[in-house]
Order: sequence, then structure tokens, then C-alpha cells
Amino acid sequence: MTTIAMQVNGKEVTADVEDRTLLVQYIRESLGLTGTHVGCDTSQCGACVVHVDGKAVKSCTMLAAQAAGKTITTIEGIADGDTLDPIQVAFHENHGLQCGFCTPGMIMATKDMIARHGTDLDEKTIRSELEGNICRCTGYHNIVKSIQAAASAMAAAE
Amino acid sequence: MGAEGLGARVLRKEDKRFITGRGRYTDDYDLKDTTYAAFVRSPHAHARIKNIDVSAAEAAPGVVAVLTGSQLTDDKIGGMICGWMVHSKDGSPMNAGAHPAIAVDIVKHVGDQVAVVIAETNGQARDAAELVEVDYEELPAVVNLKAAVKDGAPQLHPEAANNISFDWAIGEKDATEAAFAAAANVVSMDITNNRLVPNPMEPRVAIGSYDPAEEHYTLYNTSQNPHLARLILSAFVGVAPEHKLRVIAPDVGGGFGSKIFVYPEETVCLWASKRIGGRPVKWTSDRTEAFLVDAHGRDHVTEAEMALDENNKITGLRVHTLANIGAYMSTFSSAVPTYLHATLLSGQYNIPNIYAEIDAVYTNTSPVDAYRGAGRPEATYVVERLMETAARQLGISPVELRRTNFITEFPHQTPVIMAYDAGDYEASLSAALSASDYDAFETRREEARSRGKLRGIGLSCYIEACGIAPSAAVGSLGAGVGLWESAEIRVNPVGTVEVLTGSHSHGQGHETTFAQLVNERLGIPIENVQIVHGDTDKVQFGMGTYGSRSGAVGMSAISKALDKIEAKTKKLAAHLLEASEADIVIEGGQVKVAGTDQALGFHEVALAAYTAHNMPEGMEPGLKEGAFYDPTNFTFPAGSYVCEVEVDPETGRTEIVQFVAADDFGTIINPMIVDGQVHGGLAQGIGQALLEGCVYDEDTGQLITASFMDYTMPRADDLPNFQVSTTKTECPGNPLGMKGCGEAGAIGSPPAVINAITDAIGNNNLSMPATPLKVWQALQQTSAAAE
Amino acid sequence: MYQTTYHRPATLDEAIKLGSNDEAKYLSGGQTLIPTMKQRLASPESLVDLSGLSELQGIRADGGSLSIGAGMTHADVASSAQVREMIPALADLAGGIGDPHVRNMGTLGGSVANNDPSADYPAAVLALNATIYTNKREISADSFFNGLFETVLEEGEIITRISFPVPSKANYQKFDSPASRYALVGVFAARTDGNCRVAVTGAGNDGVFRMEAAEGALSASWSADSVGKNRPDPDDMIVDLHGTGEYRAHLVNVLAKRAVTAA
Repeated sequence: MTTIAMQVNGKEVTADVEDRTLLVQYIRESLGLTGTHVGCDTSQCGACVVHVDGKAVKSCTMLAAQAAGKTITTIEGIADGDTLDPIQVAFHENHGLQCGFCTPGMIMATKDMIARHGTDLDEKTIRSELEGNICRCTGYHNIVKSIQAAASAMAAAE
Repeated sequence: MGAEGLGARVLRKEDKRFITGRGRYTDDYDLKDTTYAAFVRSPHAHARIKNIDVSAAEAAPGVVAVLTGSQLTDDKIGGMICGWMVHSKDGSPMNAGAHPAIAVDIVKHVGDQVAVVIAETNGQARDAAELVEVDYEELPAVVNLKAAVKDGAPQLHPEAANNISFDWAIGEKDATEAAFAAAANVVSMDITNNRLVPNPMEPRVAIGSYDPAEEHYTLYNTSQNPHLARLILSAFVGVAPEHKLRVIAPDVGGGFGSKIFVYPEETVCLWASKRIGGRPVKWTSDRTEAFLVDAHGRDHVTEAEMALDENNKITGLRVHTLANIGAYMSTFSSAVPTYLHATLLSGQYNIPNIYAEIDAVYTNTSPVDAYRGAGRPEATYVVERLMETAARQLGISPVELRRTNFITEFPHQTPVIMAYDAGDYEASLSAALSASDYDAFETRREEARSRGKLRGIGLSCYIEACGIAPSAAVGSLGAGVGLWESAEIRVNPVGTVEVLTGSHSHGQGHETTFAQLVNERLGIPIENVQIVHGDTDKVQFGMGTYGSRSGAVGMSAISKALDKIEAKTKKLAAHLLEASEADIVIEGGQVKVAGTDQALGFHEVALAAYTAHNMPEGMEPGLKEGAFYDPTNFTFPAGSYVCEVEVDPETGRTEIVQFVAADDFGTIINPMIVDGQVHGGLAQGIGQALLEGCVYDEDTGQLITASFMDYTMPRADDLPNFQVSTTKTECPGNPLGMKGCGEAGAIGSPPAVINAITDAIGNNNLSMPATPLKVWQALQQTSAAAE
Repeated sequence: MYQTTYHRPATLDEAIKLGSNDEAKYLSGGQTLIPTMKQRLASPESLVDLSGLSELQGIRADGGSLSIGAGMTHADVASSAQVREMIPALADLAGGIGDPHVRNMGTLGGSVANNDPSADYPAAVLALNATIYTNKREISADSFFNGLFETVLEEGEIITRISFPVPSKANYQKFDSPASRYALVGVFAARTDGNCRVAVTGAGNDGVFRMEAAEGALSASWSADSVGKNRPDPDDMIVDLHGTGEYRAHLVNVLAKRAVTAA
């Protein structure tokens, strides 16, 4: 067992966990933040993407202990009260989700994508940047559209 | 069209919880005192269990119990069932071998359940599962269809000689033989339809919970049809009587067929919860387990021939298919290669003679059952590959060959059961050709050649049969259940509405589209409508969601219930307004006397129904109605797809540069959602054609593609933007004129892709998935032949 | 995953001490090690996380070479202006490893030390004739890799940085395996001080290797024609679902030409 402390969605949290505990297990099972999902066991599907110190990572491929001392943001932490993040709005307005299971990872990946590339995103870049996120429902068509719309909305708000 | 009524592009009501991380999927439920199950699974494709030693596992930290198949037998828990009886040509019933929830004597595929460990934590359960010592005697295994039916092949079930569960046929054999004898041209092909793994992004989960005081069970389950699960688990498996079993399927993260079936794991979780005294037992599949034990799809090997006369009219079609059913017959596995496949072999064409033989074959592989399209993609692939090949052999345009043979008059009775009710195949073909600028293709081919790329174009005109189907008809064909749907409308005293439906939404957007129907009929805003589904304690009964049926059948049931609500509302309003019932209309949330300014709000009528202070003579209080809707026929969505590809001849890599879909789904409730369904279907169909293929080692029976590291899931950069559009002929068989849209993309697209690639590379000998390796090898063949 | 004990030492000395036994494993980004442990294919009794070591950080010019700390993530390397300026092919290679999330965790040192036969970095290390610096010594690229998942690294030895001589021309061409997106074949071609080296990953059944037969001709004339029909022996290639020996050998030739042309 090891004692870990970190900040999750703005709150300081501390827990004793087995050293083998994955970050995603800690987030889902100890913190009850079940918006972060597990869709595979080979680090490919991206349903588990969260931000660690502002960067998107796969929380199924990181130990909770590795995240000790760091700042974590999950899908539950990106809206400002009732005001949704523009990416959340764009996924809703462009039908960028169906079953919703991959969606938290997609949104967290999009946030990271726009942070790195800026809001001037072409389709090819978006498709290539989605390499680490698998969706089985949408055929990606409306996810790409959602990301473009989010980027435009964020550009307009700047 | 109202802003929220039928045909409106309404944004989804269900989105908010998903985009904020507040969806509630089965694994998100954390019941008090939960224990965790880990299955011990067979590492062998075929082996005899000589001994199981659980002592070390039982002694491991945190272990609550270790259970095996013999205890399941002691408790008289039955095996898994196949719910559709199919008969062989000689009239004998199919040979469905036993399928115990936990193997007792023999394991028949890699991943077969051998024991279950229940522990305080998931980690402890998995640690202890490794300590269960199973002594196996390995038996020879067979995974290849053609090998499995040969004399001397390893045998899976004693009742199925040569591993054949049934050899079934449809159509007129002699007439078809005669058509071939008289044919001007015959086109023959060997066609393989590759095995697929459904892979919804949410893996399966089951939580079984037994309440000893009430002797009552609750199952939380990733299911597309919780009522069917309850029926099978109670009536056939015998875990619990139906009135003592509640099945809840909350938010479900995609299904695509794989969550229709009743699997061993949920049986075991329910049973084990009682065994350990009532603590909940939770099993969460990981992805590798999902590859091993979720039912797979497709896997046909087919010999197909088409006969044509001198005018290029098709005169006959002859098909012989070996269909892999895996090691056990899954819930609907018998219906897929038969009634959902061979009955669609007429395609969009007037084919006077068809004869198809289907042999269902056991192999040492995971069970095979319905996966998005279920039988219809296989039929479409046979027909549309034959059409393209015939056109090439005859030296005529593939468009013209199709036009020459289109069915143009409806209703049309095919020689293989189906009676097509309505359609306009020329309309969708023309729409697709025009959207794809088909006529200018050769210019694009030349331009690509100048860049060193091989460009090709391929067409597919598909038809499917959805809704599934009149209960009496499917009953006569062997179904163990009826395929109607039920609905209940509860109007609350304040005029808000709850719709209880037997359909199940796992991505399809029912909470929005079903509310749109209520808005259309009662005029109340969709935010005042709540769709309730997925809980057998709330919804009386339902047949669930599959076969593109929730619109055509599920919404028809809602429509029928709304008819009754409207009738009672009008009667009550007439009484309150002292008007004639015939003059009452419901519009925009108001109940009005036509042609006057007399009106009541719908909510006022609802309140009056519940206060019951002033009711017409004999009317019961309340405003709640239910309906069952049994379809009168299948529905027949159809369409035309055009795929254009560029192949890099040096690497064999294919890029889809354009994909056009023109579909006829009849009435559309929400075009945004329909487009989304088509996009998703296309991705799975293109996935089948280009990327996805489930491969077993032929010698050992090991699953080689057991994770996303080896099984290629379509990703964003594998796919293009899709150009989708619709044409419309209304379905005459249901009140809304709907046909269904969920499976079309997966059904129509594979042959379009392969027709395009084979056109590009000039070699028709190419199987799915057309990986870069296979395309490169086909190109090597082409150039070797040219030398 | 089996039980394990996690350590995050603050100093290199401490890390060396903790890692100097055969039951310990070094954890850098963990993007290969953790999935392997999750599948219960590795069961180290302890994990020694190297992410806290300042000695493994940083990217700097070092004479005619580019020195990159072993702990730098693929995203760090891909987005570094210095790497982009000095060896753009290396920035491109790093930007194509895994996916964006993996690139935010996976590190240069972790990738090179693991020597996965389908990893990208070993091709760059070999083609650029880089020098691998550890807490104990410096090792030339040609003597570092030792077959599949094997290197000359000893117990308790930690890569601290890798120094890449700056080439006049370089390019990396990768053909993804469709499912895993690892390199089915990756070819790094470089010309440094007039000498050409071509290294191939993803293809060889003994791990990363140099395509020496083509290097001489390329040193004489840097053009795709110099690659000619050179290709490795198909019998020496990895064979799997997505590539036969013939196909991989063919792709090596195609990608080598493309890399030379694009450099």
C-alpha cells in the first residue's frame, strides 16, 4: 500500500491504495468519478483519457502512484458549474456521440488537441490526432465535425 | 413539421449526461458489499477436464468462493439456449449441443468457462483465478469451416455428425437447376465473408444480486433486451422464477447485436450471489475476454453462381454456404445464416429462381451470432459481388446490369419467402450516381494514374429486411418468441408524459426520437416527455432493440398507445367543453373544439382525468394507456452505395477517397440521428471490407486477433467524410411508414469497397479484409499474370 | 496486474540502488511496461520510477550533436524547436510514435532501453549513429542493440541521455501495422558528414538492423536509385498477420527509397 495525494478537479484528495492500482481505477473506484471509462486493456481505445498536469494521458496506462503530487482533470471537471465547456457543447450540437462511452475520452482528447494545435484545425489533422481514441458508433464523421465546431467557437470567443 | 415533431433535426435529450461524464453504465453501479468475479477460462480450444483443484485459490487472500460447473449442475441451473428452431432439409430438428454456463467435462473453445472465483476485490479475484489448477487432456481442435465438415475431423457435439448442426435449404432446387441449364451465361465465385468481433466500446458487465429475505434476484446487465434476458434466465436457464427476477439494463455503451444474447456470465453472477448468501457479484469483462467470449459475427464460406439469359436478365441464383456457428449455438445463431440471410438473396433484383443451401457448422471457436446486419450483409455481399463480377465478365456497365434487373413493381414476391412491399431502386441508384459524379470517373482515374495511384470505383445496391417481424410468421419459421413490441403512455396529472417502451436505447437516441413522436401527437414540448426503458420492473414487457426495429416496431407500439390516449383525451375534453367528441382536435398542447375558440390545455384535461371530479358516464379515472404492436411484414430499407478508392501500388494501401450513400428508410423521424446511424454502419462495413478480420490459429485454435493490437478497429484516419442522402418510399406496413436505418451502412458498404478495389487493381480475386498485404499480393498476381 | 512495490527516487544514486536487483524494473513513461504488467506478462516485484530524476531531463545542442535527456517524452521531442531545427526527421519520428496521449508519457530512454522490434526510436539511434550515455558509460549505437527486446544495458544501468550527431539529410518513413499502429516497417535514412546509414525497424526478426548493402551506394550518390533493388532477405523478416517476409522485405525497399527522396 502507498499513500497518495493529488489534486483532482480542483480538490485535494488523499488515499491509501495498492501500489498496483491504476490511475483509472483510483478515479473510478475510490473517487467515484465514473465518467472516465475503460474500453480496452492495451492502451488503444482512449476511453480513459484524463489530463495530468494539463496533458492528455491514458489513465489505464499509469499507476495512481505515478500521479501522486500532480493535478488531474477528468470529464467531470471541465464544465464551469452549469456552463459547459465549448467542446461539450459542440459534441451535443453536432451529434458527436451515440452510446456515449467513448465520449469523455474524445472530449478530453479534443481539449488537449486544441491546446496544442490551436483552433485552426483541418480535417486531416483532426483525424490523425484521433489515433488514440476509438469510437464504434459514429464512424467519426460527426466527431470530426464537433471538433471543428468547437475549435471555431473557441476561436470566435478569443 | 413542428420544431420538435416528426422530421425535425432535434438535438438529443440524452446527451447532457454523457458529455459531462454522468452517464450510468453497468460498471458504474457500486452496490453495497459487492464481491467481484473472475472466470478461469480454458487456454485450450478443445480439451477434456480431468480434474479441477480449487484449494489454493480458496485459500488466497480475499477469496469468498470458488465455484465450478459441477456445483451449477447440483443446483439444477440449466445451460444456455438457442431460441430459434431450424430444421434440416430432411425435416429433422437442428442438433443444438449442450452449452453449460461453466464447462463440466469438456471445454470447446479458448475462453470457455471452467470455474469462477469470487473475492473481495477484482484484483484478488484475478490473483486467485490463477491459482485454480485445472488438469486438461488436450483434444484435437478444428476452427476451419471446410476442415470441420470433413470425415475424421474432431467432433464437438455427439449429436451433430460431421459437426453439422443443420443443413437447411430454401427455394426451388429443380427450377433453379433448369434455369442454369438454359442459361446463356453463368458466373461462379467462391466468396468468404470474414469473421468479425462486434466490439462495442463498453465491454460486457453483469452484477447479480440476491435478496435472501425476499428470495428475489436483481441483475444489472449490459443488455439490448432486458426482458428477453429475464425470460431466458427464468424459463430456460432456471436461475430464478420470472416474478422474482428484475433485470436492469441502464446506459449501455453500444451493442451491435453482441448484447442481445444471454451469456454464461450473467447466469453465473446471479446464481453465485445466492450461493454466497446474497452479496452482489460483479463481473466486468476486459477487452481480451470480450474477444474470447462475446458472440462473433459473419464467418461464411460460400459457393455462388448466377445464371443470366442472352439479354443479361438474371434467371437463377444458386448458393451453398457453410456458416460457422462456433462451439455452441448462441441465442439466435440459427436464424442468422438462414432466415436473415438466404431470404435476402434476391437483392433488389427480379430473380425468378433461387436455391440456397446453408450448413451450420460447429468449430472450436467462440459462438457466432447476430452482429449489425446479421445475415443481410452476407447476402448483400454475395449478390453484389456477383453482379459486379458478372458485369465485368459480360463486358457491360455494372450500372446497366443492375438497372436491367431491378424490381420495379410492388408488392414483389421473391422465391425466398420475402414479399417486398415498397421501394424505388432506380431513385436511390440515380441519387448515388449523381452525388458521386459517377459519369466523370474515368477522368479521375486518369488523374490518379498520373500521381502513381490506382483509382477504382465500386457500386452496391442493397436491400435488407428489418423490424423482424410478424410474430405468427416468425413462429412458423421456428422462433421461440414473438417479435412484437409494447409501449405504455403515462400522462401525469400535470400533463407531462412518461413513455415506457420495450425498446432499448444504447446509442440510438430513443429518448429524443420517441419524445418527438409524442410532441407530434400531443403537442407538448419534448422536455416534458420522459422515455423509460431498460428495467423489467418498470416496463411490463418488451422484445428489445436489434434488427433496426425500434422505429418501425417500437414506435408503432407507442403510436398505437398514443391513439388510445388521444381518444380518451378527446372524449373527456368533449365532456368538459360540452362539445361533440368528433369536433375535438389536439394541437400545440391544446385540446380544442375545431372552428371555435373553446379550448383546454392538455395539462388541464390530464388534471381532470386524475381529479375525476367530472368524468363522462362510465369513464375510468386516469390517463394511461398501453399497446402491443405486432408488425404485418418485415420492412425493406434499400439503397445504393458508391465507393471510390485509391490504391498505392507500391504498398497495397487503400484510401477511400469518396463514399456516397443514398438510402430509402421510408419516413424519417430525426434526420440528424438517421445520418449518424448510417455513418456508424458505414464505418463498420468499411471496417469489415478493409480492416477487421478475426483469425484463429488453424492448428491450435488459439485466437490470434485477441486484442486491439491485432484486430484492426476502424479509426478516424481510416475513414473519409461520408456523403449521405435519402430517398423515400413510405413503408405501407406500419402507421408511421418507417423502415429502419440502424444496419444499412454495415450491410451495403462491404461489396462497394471490394468492388472498388478490385476495379482499381484489375484483379477480382481479393477477400476481406483487403489489408495492404492482401492488396499488394493481389497486385503481384496481376503483374505476374501480365508477364 | 500482479502486486508490486512502487518507488519514485529523487536522485540517480537512489534509483541505481533500488534498481540493482533482478526483481526490479525501471519505469519511465510506462507505455509498454504497464500494459505488459496489466496482461500479467511481467511481474516485477518493484518498479523504480525515473520521472523524478533531473539528470534525465533536457534537450540541448552539444557541439555538432543534439543531446536529448532519456526522460524526455515523445511529445517533448516532437514539439522541441531545437530538435525541429537541428534534426527535423527526429521530431517527425517522435511525433508519429503511438498516439498523442502515449506521446505525453512515453520517453526516449524507455523506448530505446526496451528495444521493441517495432519501436521507432531504435531506427533513428542506429541510422544517426547516436551515442547512448548511461550512469556507467557511453555506448555506440552499433553496439547497443542486442536482438529482440535486448540491449547491452546491465542491471541497475540507466540511460541518462542520447546524443545524436546532426545529419545533413535525414528522413524517417513508417508504414503502420494496421491494428497496433506500431511500425510494420520503419526506415530511417541519414547522411552525416558524407556517410550514409539506413536503419530498419519493425521488419527484422532480430530487431532493428542496418541496410548496409545500400549505404555505400547512397554515400556515393544520395538518390532513390542508389537504393536500387536492395532489400533484406525475406527469411530474416518478422512474419505476422499483417506482413509476410516477402511483403516486409519489399516495403523496406520502398520506404528506403521514399526516405531518401524525402530527406
